[in-house]
Amino acid sequence: MIRKTLETRRVDRRELLALFGAGTVAAMGLSLAGPAFADAKATDAAIMKATGGKTATMGKITLETPQIAENGSTVPIGLVVDSPMTDADHVKTVHLFADGNPNPDVASFHFTTMCGKADVSTRIRLAKTQNVIAVAEMSDGSFMMAKSEIKVTIGGCGG
Amino acid sequence: MAKTKARVKTPKSVKKGEVFEVKTLISHKMETGQRKDKKTGNKIPRMILNKFVCSYNGKTAFSADWHPAISVNPYMAFHLKASESGELEMAWTDDDGKTVKKTAKITVT
Repeated sequence: MIRKTLETRRVDRRELLALFGAGTVAAMGLSLAGPAFADAKATDAAIMKATGGKTATMGKITLETPQIAENGSTVPIGLVVDSPMTDADHVKTVHLFADGNPNPDVASFHFTTMCGKADVSTRIRLAKTQNVIAVAEMSDGSFMMAKSEIKVTIGGCGG
Repeated sequence: MAKTKARVKTPKSVKKGEVFEVKTLISHKMETGQRKDKKTGNKIPRMILNKFVCSYNGKTAFSADWHPAISVNPYMAFHLKASESGELEMAWTDDDGKTVKKTAKITVT
């Protein structure tokens, strides 16, 4: 009789532990996969749309971004793609994305061989601390990518 | 609507084959479509410049598509390779389809 209760008790405890464990993992998963996940997904979708499903390799692009942006409504961004810009080898387009903004698209820059070099700068809005991603389409059909995190003190989306 | 002021800065003269920088700035509120009117609570409709094109002697040399994440009074700097003297024409188009143009002379030596 005593033995039996002990046994049931043990099972109960194990079950409880298992339940508790699974519950915690699920809760953690949920908290991790909050809005940030949805944004990353939207950004990935936007990148996939830009590349036409091809994977972009890291490199060739230099993103000149501030480490910390005090004001998210004007963040200076510089972008240089290492390319000779000749007819045979040039950069066609560079797409810029921000993965924490309401809309991941920021801008697309279309270059020609008349540019001499693929070097642009502009100012963008960032809603919060996030990654800025540049995807470049080269004339040979390949895609290059670069990523840079910018810490934003005051967001730039307005009320 | 407030008058939009566009500014273009280029070097006065460049050597043939040299790569030079063109800096542009235009006054525009770049309304994102995300903001709400504080009094009525209604969303303020989007009104941004969505297209920028630079033509060098009539040929498109550089262009950009802009989304609401581009800041107020958009600044855009890019590079061009000097081929011959002539004219640079910048054109900004907004959501209404209105276009603002600004030209700059370039002397190639």
